[in-house]
Amino acid sequence: MEVKLFFKYDFDTLCKAFIKEHLDALDISYAINSINEVTINENLQKDKQKTLSEALKKYGIEILTDQKATLVERIKHAIDKMLKDEKSKNLKLSAYLSDNLNYSYTYLSSVFSENTYTSIENYTILRKVDLAKEFMCNTDLTLTEIAYRLNYSSVAHLSGQFKKVTGLTPSAFQNIMKKKKDYNLQ
Amino acid sequence: MSTTLLNIVLADDDEDDRMLFAEAIEEIPIRTKLSLFNHGQELMDYLTLPNVVLPNLIFLDLNMPIKNGLQCLKEIRSNPRLKDLCVAIYSTSSSEKDVEETFLNGANIYVNKPDNFSKLREVVEKVLQLNWQYHTSNLNKDTFLFRM
Repeated sequence: MEVKLFFKYDFDTLCKAFIKEHLDALDISYAINSINEVTINENLQKDKQKTLSEALKKYGIEILTDQKATLVERIKHAIDKMLKDEKSKNLKLSAYLSDNLNYSYTYLSSVFSENTYTSIENYTILRKVDLAKEFMCNTDLTLTEIAYRLNYSSVAHLSGQFKKVTGLTPSAFQNIMKKKKDYNLQ
Repeated sequence: MSTTLLNIVLADDDEDDRMLFAEAIEEIPIRTKLSLFNHGQELMDYLTLPNVVLPNLIFLDLNMPIKNGLQCLKEIRSNPRLKDLCVAIYSTSSSEKDVEETFLNGANIYVNKPDNFSKLREVVEKVLQLNWQYHTSNLNKDTFLFRM
């Protein structure tokens, strides 16, 4: 007899708790600013830093040393925050990013494009579609509700963008995911 | 530009298709290393070598002698060391049955082989960009499903 368990993750909580555990274990004084930014309140000894990066590497976490790569991660994080926050979702992306990161939008978008093979706008669209997929698979929200949450003007707008990016209509996608789940349970 | 190299493999029994694909990849401004295989068995023998560097993306033709694309896909998804690899189907078939069957067996991307070179270059570039985003961003791998 086997039993399948299904999990839902809160990525933010998970990452912060994980980083906290590792920093505490090394007795480092710190403050966690976001899932990809930590302030260390002391001179971090070389050997501690080495132990930390080796411990985190096993879990696919990398300590960034390249300033531009760091900025790209901060931009992605800010985009996520904006998309998930009810209060900020009506703001203009360019203004939101330059206010939050204290760089001009022109600078942010050139650093982003140079390092990711895509633009901030296209990445944001991809991320929105990814979130729509997540809502479709893990919640009971209707397409109308998903469109509202992700700040699309209508279901038609969401469906159009979804089809353009993924090559599938939302219903074709949902259909495949449902069949896939049944198929894997067999 | 980023220094990370994308490791890509293609298994296709048609020599012309392999050559065109290699030419298209060369024209795309993403740093890649491409390895070509003549059929599915050759690819699987390579992927199961003990110290092989696993690819970031696998392109699989469906109709191939000895071992076809669907068989490869099933073997990849049931092998613990290979199961998380990103797989794109690369086929002339646009039958709904093939599309659905490969998605159900774990394909991430379904690409119809375009009928001219500029479209080929365009679609391969799009797939590479998507693959890149999935490797470098916090996007959901379980719903990584695209058709082009």
